[in-house]
Amino acid sequence: MNFRKQKTMLRYGPGTRANHWAMAGAFILLALSGLAFFHPPFFFFTDMLGGPVWSRILHPFIGVVLFVLFVIIAVRQLKYNLLMKNDVQWMRQMGDVLNNRDEKLPPIGKYNPGQKMVYWALILCIPVLLITGVIMWRPWFAGFFPIPLIRVASLVHALAAFIAIATIIVHVYAAIWVKGSIKAMTRGRVTHAWAKHHHPLWYEEEMKDPSQRAGDENASERDTTSHHGDRHDSRTSG
Amino acid sequence: MINSQNIVARSATTLPAPHARDNVVEVAKLIDVSKCIGCKACQVACMEWNDLRDDVGECHGVYDNPMDLTAESWTVMRFNEVETDFVGGDDVSREKELSWLIRKDGCMHCAEPGCLEACPAPGAIVQYANGIVDFDSNNCIGCGYCITGCPFNIPRISEKDSKSYKCTLCSDRVNVGLEPACVKACPTNCIEFGSKKDMLARADKRVNDLKERGYEHAGIYDPAGVGGTHVMYVLHHSDEPGLYSGLAKDPRISPVVGAWKGITKPIMSAILGITAFAGFFHYITKGPKEEPTDEEVFGEGDDHHRVSREEEHRS
Repeated sequence: MNFRKQKTMLRYGPGTRANHWAMAGAFILLALSGLAFFHPPFFFFTDMLGGPVWSRILHPFIGVVLFVLFVIIAVRQLKYNLLMKNDVQWMRQMGDVLNNRDEKLPPIGKYNPGQKMVYWALILCIPVLLITGVIMWRPWFAGFFPIPLIRVASLVHALAAFIAIATIIVHVYAAIWVKGSIKAMTRGRVTHAWAKHHHPLWYEEEMKDPSQRAGDENASERDTTSHHGDRHDSRTSG
Repeated sequence: MINSQNIVARSATTLPAPHARDNVVEVAKLIDVSKCIGCKACQVACMEWNDLRDDVGECHGVYDNPMDLTAESWTVMRFNEVETDFVGGDDVSREKELSWLIRKDGCMHCAEPGCLEACPAPGAIVQYANGIVDFDSNNCIGCGYCITGCPFNIPRISEKDSKSYKCTLCSDRVNVGLEPACVKACPTNCIEFGSKKDMLARADKRVNDLKERGYEHAGIYDPAGVGGTHVMYVLHHSDEPGLYSGLAKDPRISPVVGAWKGITKPIMSAILGITAFAGFFHYITKGPKEEPTDEEVFGEGDDHHRVSREEEHRS
């Protein structure tokens, strides 16, 4: 696959893409039904899940699904989300980032610090949402917990959900803002130019791999079956 | 639910309720604990009138039966035997005496109900102008937030239909001018019903009687922390309501519930809205980061954009 006859490279394998979009669907349903329970003006969102009672029943189960999917993707992406040398400098130049003066930014890896903040915000929020959600979960679990604890859990659940929703709004906007990003998650591939421009250190690292260097999906598939299949497989999973 | 009475507050509703009938008299049930003999006629009357048939339980070796409120036991007598200061009689050698403190537990019908504050389902909990707090089970979604919000631990989720239930103060009877079933059944007039004003006057008189008999801490339980209640107690030891099977001393809607269901709602909603709008206006004012071309990234002379001749040859 060549976008506009540009060379492309793999960014997300099919498993990660499927996981991401399953999570995205779950998150939207959770956010809307959760907002419905949170504030009366949003109550009509309960229609998303087939009515108020169905929303109450389904919301926690969808939450567990989201948590499991999130754990899988979070473990796989962990090593790319550790703080790197240029990250602090990149954050200092947030003005350049927001004003699209990309040429002034220091080179960064697979994820920029903004993306890493999304990652760590969700690492913080989603387990908190699971734990507090179980404490609030009726009729199955809430009865095992003292009412004062359920009160705290309800407040913390709302706060964590608020942070998570705000984070996801930023995440979605960033994908719309930075053209070429959405294809990474829909088709799995980005152009070499995009990778070198936005994630130079990741690009350099990937160029050591001949199949990524070849810049052609068919070429990479051919390579997978011939020279270094195992290595390529482990890469597609990320 | 009888809907013809003026509803003054409605769960999960941000605009004020209709107020055309503000002259409705506030009602109250007065439970004089000092007159209760623990016969449980009130429990039976409640079951009968409200067509409730709780499961037959087992004896736990105490008088309490059932042991707790359930979705089908909207009122229970809670028995507690305590050692209190000796009151009455001339036997000055006795300092302490044992006494049974029997409290009919159930919904207090708060003026500021924590259940209604916490409930996310519009109209599942309503408060009438006469002070009765009522659950409309058709609108109940079974989330249990009312349990989280209630300062008295009263509502219970039914295991049969996952909806929340509690005492209605027999709103259907009150609506047609009858007293609640428990009041009707009480053989000692320990439970009385009338306007809140009348009940307070009666309670006052009763407190004075008790004080004359030596219960110097006798008093009315009408806690101000929840704006007063429409079920009130006369207690002989009102300085220690906890003696009555854990009656709350200063009940109020928990500040945690207040934060959860109060200020956070508009603030968080506004911030989420602003975040989304900020993104939109950033796009409109600053524009996107366009996808870079090969020329921009690799230079004009570079033929990076083409699959190289060598690779083409190989394929």
